[in-house]
Amino acid sequence: MKMTGAEILVECLKRENVDTIFGYPGGSVLHIYDAIFRQSHIKHYLVRHEQAALHSANGYARISGKCGVALVTSGPGATNAVTGLADSLADSIPTVCISGQVPSSLIGNDAFQEADVVGITRSATKHNFLVKRVEDIALIIRQAFHIATTGRPGPVLVDIPKDISGETCEFIWPETVDMRSYKPVTHGHPGQIKRAVKQMLAAKRPMLYTGGGILNSVGSASLLRELSHALNAPVTNTLMGLGGIPHDDKHFLGMLGMHGTYEANMAVSHCDLLIAIGARFDDRVTGRLDAFAPDAKVIHIDIDPSSISKNVHAHLPIVGDVGEVLKQLLEEIARRDGKPNEEALLLWWEQINEWRAKDSLAFEQTLDGPIKPQTVVRMIHEKTAGGAIVSTDVGQHQMWVAQHYGFNRPHRWLTSGGLGTMGYGLPAGIGAQVAMPDEKVIIFTGDSSIQMCSQEFSTAFQYNLPVIVVILNNGYMGMVRQWQEMFYESRYSQSYFDSLPDFVKLAEAYGGTGIRVDRLEELSPALDKALGLNDQFVIVDVAVSKEENVFPMVPAGAALDEMVLA
Amino acid sequence: MRHTITILVENEFGVLTRVAGLFSARGYNIESLNVAPTLDETVSRMTLVTRGDEKVIEQIKKQLNKLIPVIKVEDISHLVHIEREMLLVKVASNADNRSALVQLAEDTRCKIVDNVEISYLSLETTGSAQELDDFIKALEPYGIIEITRTGSLGMRRGIKGFTIED
Ligand SMILES: Cc1ncc(C[n+]2csc(CCOP(=O)(O)OP(=O)(O)O)c2C)c(N)n1
Ligand SMILES: [Mg+2]
Repeated sequence: MKMTGAEILVECLKRENVDTIFGYPGGSVLHIYDAIFRQSHIKHYLVRHEQAALHSANGYARISGKCGVALVTSGPGATNAVTGLADSLADSIPTVCISGQVPSSLIGNDAFQEADVVGITRSATKHNFLVKRVEDIALIIRQAFHIATTGRPGPVLVDIPKDISGETCEFIWPETVDMRSYKPVTHGHPGQIKRAVKQMLAAKRPMLYTGGGILNSVGSASLLRELSHALNAPVTNTLMGLGGIPHDDKHFLGMLGMHGTYEANMAVSHCDLLIAIGARFDDRVTGRLDAFAPDAKVIHIDIDPSSISKNVHAHLPIVGDVGEVLKQLLEEIARRDGKPNEEALLLWWEQINEWRAKDSLAFEQTLDGPIKPQTVVRMIHEKTAGGAIVSTDVGQHQMWVAQHYGFNRPHRWLTSGGLGTMGYGLPAGIGAQVAMPDEKVIIFTGDSSIQMCSQEFSTAFQYNLPVIVVILNNGYMGMVRQWQEMFYESRYSQSYFDSLPDFVKLAEAYGGTGIRVDRLEELSPALDKALGLNDQFVIVDVAVSKEENVFPMVPAGAALDEMVLA
Repeated sequence: MRHTITILVENEFGVLTRVAGLFSARGYNIESLNVAPTLDETVSRMTLVTRGDEKVIEQIKKQLNKLIPVIKVEDISHLVHIEREMLLVKVASNADNRSALVQLAEDTRCKIVDNVEISYLSLETTGSAQELDDFIKALEPYGIIEITRTGSLGMRRGIKGFTIED
């Protein structure tokens, strides 16, 4: 049957199991929007800015386990999307972005709303395509989803000139997709698995260091827990990996890195075997490289060979899907009936418990003093039993949530880890709420970050998405202020707003509910009210202590064990 | 250390930019890069010359492999291999030194490709980078008007080929 390019695109999305897309129309995508109008399978969510379309697709993908999809127009639509693409690339989140392009005959003519989108997004995507013939759409879409969702996941952009989406051709669905130049490895090398298990069982001071890969490979969180128990080994998560193991598992030492716990950073600094799983030794994690895990042999399990030995030399690399590799490791341990070195582990745990006793995340909340941001996070943890979907923006509040929320399961955590994109929180939370309409979505944000995508309250209102936005309002770009306090003698250059909006009115203006909290005794009732609203979004604007700092902190360029505790 | 890397890529629009973009984005240098189609018209072959320590070269290979249209990457530097470059050079001449210049061309087995006027001569030759450098030095006294070089092409010695099937 003959179909237009736009109809073929929509049909392909359907066959790729897409039922939700986030987008914003414009001239170059009108054929596509018309095809969307004439069908009912795919629901389109109209965002208010293309950056948000990508963040929503990202949040949707993380929570649903499916590929997120965004649709934007040419020129400014596509350039607005760039931040969202770069964000998904840094955090390895599977997304496909369809962008309109000016008609083929005008490409290169500086036409109205033309931008070299394939050029601009080349380094902000895992891969991108320019469609040159209507006959190619189906195969390219097939490949785009294949690339986005397999191997190390990431964003893929497909640029479709307007004439191509309007032309017709016979629709042929490629049943399989096989690319000779792209064949990600899934299984770990059996010899390496055997060697790894041997080292794991012999280790005296083992340490599991796990990242976002545990969440990207669905099902591997429970395998991680099994492994840590089988080895009686402590686990630390990166910012991206939170939720990979329940916060109250006794093997969990909390997050590591710049704002990690004392016990996690000390354990990494003293372990004799570091088992990195789906993590990439980011500089925010390692601190000064030459002092990172100085006594350890490193086993590194990752699907992306280029992550291995990039920053820290891996003595034993295993390339593969972390879920598959974890299964192989557990099978090998079972086959050998392997037992860890309990005698040595006893000493190791004694030492760890000593570090733990420092209680490095402790803070003091007085009854009449200002509300501590940590108090807000802990109270929400309690009220949601650690099971809410939690999204953040970027800054101090992000770190306090990472330290104090305490996730009890995987796939509940949305944060811009790699790129650190202010403006991520609200649209990502919206995407998550779309994926899970019946779950509570809490968006922790800052007074500055929220202003980078606040137009999305309009989206939340339009679709009745009852997201709960908690502003930890310190009246500062807190994280910037903290660095200025610590490293620039408190010269607070441009990190203060003296004209914040009235966030209660902002909520009301967009059709939601706004609650202001100034005193501690108002906090719990306000949160109860917010958690009870199921038919509209709510902003809870909490005045928190203005100059609270995030601790522990490893100053940039220092070693992990040189962290500042308070 | 100088490394010569051969790469097979899908012969499609934009591949060269992806490879070049990778090097600029990650701060690796490219000493020379050569691309042309192979017998299989869907595949192009590149020879890329770069510098870096073992760790950098390892990353370069991995990053190249990570590019979606890259089919195969091989660092031939440590293997017994052949490297050749081609040079076109235009040299000034006159009635007095013409025969010496022609003699030099014959001695060095290079081809005279343009000799319609007495005022200049264009020569074509191939060789290793070092040989071409030496050759250019020998021509300098005559006055070099312009040169253009291809950068290295590389191939390992022995019966084994470098195609998508091998
Ligand atoms: C788009 C973008 N611009 C700038 C920054 C740099 N930056 C990091 S944190 C931060 C301040 C965030 O302030 P706020 O949202 O109020 O959070 P707080 O640190 O106060 O909790 C800034 C400006 C960034 N991460 N993203
Ligand atoms: Mg703030």
